[in-house]
Amino acid sequence: MATASSVQVDVEVAKNLGLTAEEFNRIEEIMGRTPNFNELSIFSVMWSEHCSYKNSIMWLKTLPRDGERLLVGAGEENAGLVDIGGGLACAFKIESHNHPSAIEPYQGAATGVGGIHRDIFTMGARPIASLNSLRFGDPHLAHTKHLVAGVVKGIGDYGNCFGVPVVGGEVFFHPSYNQNILVNAMSVGIVKVGETVSASADGPGNPVFIVGSATGKDGIHGATFASADLTEDSADDLPAVQVGDPFQEKLLLEASLEVIATGAVVGMQDMGAAGITCSTSEMSAKSGTGMRIDLDKVPTRQSDMKPWEILLSESQERMLIVCHKGREQELLAVFDKWDLECEQIGEVTDTGRLEYYVGGELVADVPAEPLVLGGGAPVYERETRRPAYLDKVDQFDPATVEVPSDLRAAATKLFKSPSLVSKNWVTEQYDGTVRTNSMTENTPSDAALVRVKGTDKALAVTTDCNSTYVYADPYVGTMIAVAEAARNIACSGGEPVAITNCLNFGNPYNPEAFYQFVNAIKGMGEACRAFNTPVTGGNVSFYNQSQYEGGRIEPVYPTPTIGMLGVVDNVKRTMSLGFKAQDDVIYLVGDNVEDLGSSEYLRVVHGIEHSTVPHFDLQKELKLHRAILAAIRGQHIKSAHDVSDGGLFQTLCESAIEGGHGFTVDTDTEMRKDAFLFGEAQGRVVVTADESRTGDLEDLLREQGVGFRVIGRVAGNNITIDGEDWGNLMEWETSHNDTLAAILES
Amino acid sequence: MKFIAHINIMPKTELLDPQGKVVVKNLPNLGIQGVSDVRIGKHVTIALEAPSEQEAHDKVELACSKLLANVIMESYDFVIEAQ
Amino acid sequence: MKFGVIVFPGSNCDDDMVHVLGTVLGQETVKLWHKEESLEGFTTDDCIIVPGGFSYGDYVRAGAVARFSPIMKSVIDFANRGGYVFGICNGFQILCEAHLLPGALLRNRDQKFIAKNLFIRSETDNAPTNRRLSPGQVLKIPVAHAEGRYYADEETIFQLNQNDQILFRYCDGAGEVNLASNHNGSVGNIAGICNEARNVFGMMPHPERASEMILGNRDGYSIFQGLAEAVAEAG
Repeated sequence: MATASSVQVDVEVAKNLGLTAEEFNRIEEIMGRTPNFNELSIFSVMWSEHCSYKNSIMWLKTLPRDGERLLVGAGEENAGLVDIGGGLACAFKIESHNHPSAIEPYQGAATGVGGIHRDIFTMGARPIASLNSLRFGDPHLAHTKHLVAGVVKGIGDYGNCFGVPVVGGEVFFHPSYNQNILVNAMSVGIVKVGETVSASADGPGNPVFIVGSATGKDGIHGATFASADLTEDSADDLPAVQVGDPFQEKLLLEASLEVIATGAVVGMQDMGAAGITCSTSEMSAKSGTGMRIDLDKVPTRQSDMKPWEILLSESQERMLIVCHKGREQELLAVFDKWDLECEQIGEVTDTGRLEYYVGGELVADVPAEPLVLGGGAPVYERETRRPAYLDKVDQFDPATVEVPSDLRAAATKLFKSPSLVSKNWVTEQYDGTVRTNSMTENTPSDAALVRVKGTDKALAVTTDCNSTYVYADPYVGTMIAVAEAARNIACSGGEPVAITNCLNFGNPYNPEAFYQFVNAIKGMGEACRAFNTPVTGGNVSFYNQSQYEGGRIEPVYPTPTIGMLGVVDNVKRTMSLGFKAQDDVIYLVGDNVEDLGSSEYLRVVHGIEHSTVPHFDLQKELKLHRAILAAIRGQHIKSAHDVSDGGLFQTLCESAIEGGHGFTVDTDTEMRKDAFLFGEAQGRVVVTADESRTGDLEDLLREQGVGFRVIGRVAGNNITIDGEDWGNLMEWETSHNDTLAAILES
Repeated sequence: MKFIAHINIMPKTELLDPQGKVVVKNLPNLGIQGVSDVRIGKHVTIALEAPSEQEAHDKVELACSKLLANVIMESYDFVIEAQ
Repeated sequence: MKFGVIVFPGSNCDDDMVHVLGTVLGQETVKLWHKEESLEGFTTDDCIIVPGGFSYGDYVRAGAVARFSPIMKSVIDFANRGGYVFGICNGFQILCEAHLLPGALLRNRDQKFIAKNLFIRSETDNAPTNRRLSPGQVLKIPVAHAEGRYYADEETIFQLNQNDQILFRYCDGAGEVNLASNHNGSVGNIAGICNEARNVFGMMPHPERASEMILGNRDGYSIFQGLAEAVAEAG
């Protein structure tokens, strides 16, 4: 066989490609010979962390991955697929684009959005909603402002053009993300059960097509710099970033759904990491088939592309489609209608091998199965060590924290914390109403509600993770992330059904960072089993770290973002968070535990970074959610809003601002006032009820075995705490709405 | 001395230019055939004062590299005219 | 009488228009593909909708490329023969580019995409879209655009005022048309206009996103109701 590359392959070349000596030996064993450079490049990308999950898969497999509603298992397809009843299914997934966004925030975030939507429509589902979970560093830094502006514009421009509303998400600021921001995007789609498409390549002899954008030298730096072929000329035309084209993606969406409807499609997969290599090998391995691909038939954007450049390119907005032999014309007609390139580049074989040709010459010949996750890709168990900082966490003693003499001043300061204030500066750049399904744009709820047209159902979706809790205790902190997501869905009137996760951690070879990862997975597993919300998929992003003065490298705060899907069976029984009417009675439902641990209050008002994870009780949490849902369905309450970041005072203010009504609340004399107002003990929800319904509500809560107390009333236009006037609601509203813009635009 | 700088900022040639691509594909709707490539950038003029042409050049270079062009995505060139 | 919703590559409010006209108002509504050269089956008793979205990615200028799509020749002809044409958001931009409506829509004053609820004031009742509204009536309607700053020269603005062609202006909740309520910097707070013959209408805000109680806002419904009545009367 011709090597088609002048590079002499040896273990040093393999190391330059990111493979270990051990892995190189295994490749030689699998191949029965020394691979050529093209083949080695294929292994290097398929066995990379990104494609193989080699350092995480062992732990991911411990997560609950089955449930009666799941139509495909975790990792089996491009995204999870959940039966929502009425003959419909929901495909949903969250994915990170952290490192590209740190380099070029606009394009990095935009292509992240594009990638996750492609995962959804490649299965035949139409994306109807998206969310994004963002973590930035200190917003007062010029660098952070630049990143925020770029990421937000990138997400907005891509999603707005593509025509899918952003219905929810989160934005947090913490210095641990100063150099390494997190950009996690989630897409949610709807498809009729039985009309999905699999990422498979059945039927030897069936033709293989590439559709969408032309292939350029995008995202192939690793291989390039390991290649002795590298000349100065070729370095010059290497794109530093990938450019997203939302218009092309919109056409690809419409054409893909149209072509699936013809029935001519056997299998389809989008091209993300490792491009043609990954899509051809995963589709083949899934079906136990192989492919013969003519690389010179791939439309290219740049001239003189080498075989391995075409194989590894990560150019955006491309799909691989296997079509039934003899029905090629149906495929071509649809793509022609949408003015998209569609080229046959090969066919399915029964060899179990991927054979890539250029000009009739075989340039790479590798078996499919050993390349892929779940096949022959390596699996490692990494070392863990309890991080030293946890000692500081354990030493936290709330008794050393003084209750401020002026609580109103403390509240005013806390209320301006960038992580707590309104993110309207961000969300007003995202189209939230296109597709006319967004039920919570006008009446916000703890989870976003998305109407499913033609049914009485709605989807309830949310992303959640308070990474400071996970930092303080990776195990409990991650349970809280799951619980908060479920609580948000319950408060909106939805029944949690499944999650997708985006696991943002540090270097897996750092035992302390890996300790965080392992314990987070354990906590997630336990919580997901309790809530009966299996994990349908997601992604792992390691190597998120920032360098500090003196060269010290620290991982970002461990951030296992949970994207949760809930279902509302009756759209008439949903709940919003704003106060509704004067004199409504305000209840705090759930046990009111005195706890200051890991609160935004400790950080902002007292400057305490290390403290224990907030109080959390999984079983009580579950009971609380059931009670809240029953209260919503029984129409006992008029608003529901959970107590989370910032504590009870924050929750009350948000409901007040949204509803346009003030409140008067009395603190608990048995408890520190600051803990009552600002503590973040979990498992609590603020609800309001009409006076006439309080008896029914209290009966229900007692029946459900859930604690509660009346804390006050919706009243007037001011905020009143223990009879003391804390000012007009308008002042708090202005502070809430204007703070972020003032910081970012200064 | 007064100068005028004429700056051209273009998407780097190795990058996809989605705008240019759409224009290429749709010029035939206006009856214009035979166009194989379009790339769309922007033109900036800056009027400035500097003691010498070299210093004017340095100022414009700094403005381009730090602000006007996103050097990750765009290349630029300019000419400086003495007034 | 029926409604035809044009689908350009990149249109993304076409389904929303079909939903609101077809499902919510119960009108016969069909999609029309931009590559069609004729409006077959359509007479001037019908109505053509140019929906929102990002036709051709909004590349070059919003609406600039779509204006040359094959179907637009027929749409221009249809409008010149008196047929009703209604463009929303990108549709408004396309109708301006096609010179069916005067003026242009420029990049928002603050150079940012704006997606939020805004108040608009109905300026006339002498137009199908406004006949169900009393002059001065305030509606809350979401906008979602990057290029929505209406601009026309002084003479054109004078004519628009003179001929009662201004349909909507941005205002505050109390109906005051002022600088603070002009979020994109439009000349005279203009949010929507019609042509002199009063058969071509364009507006930047999206009434189709505010036409059902389940979405928490039904302010936009009467715009379509008025239009549907006018189209029925024309037939």
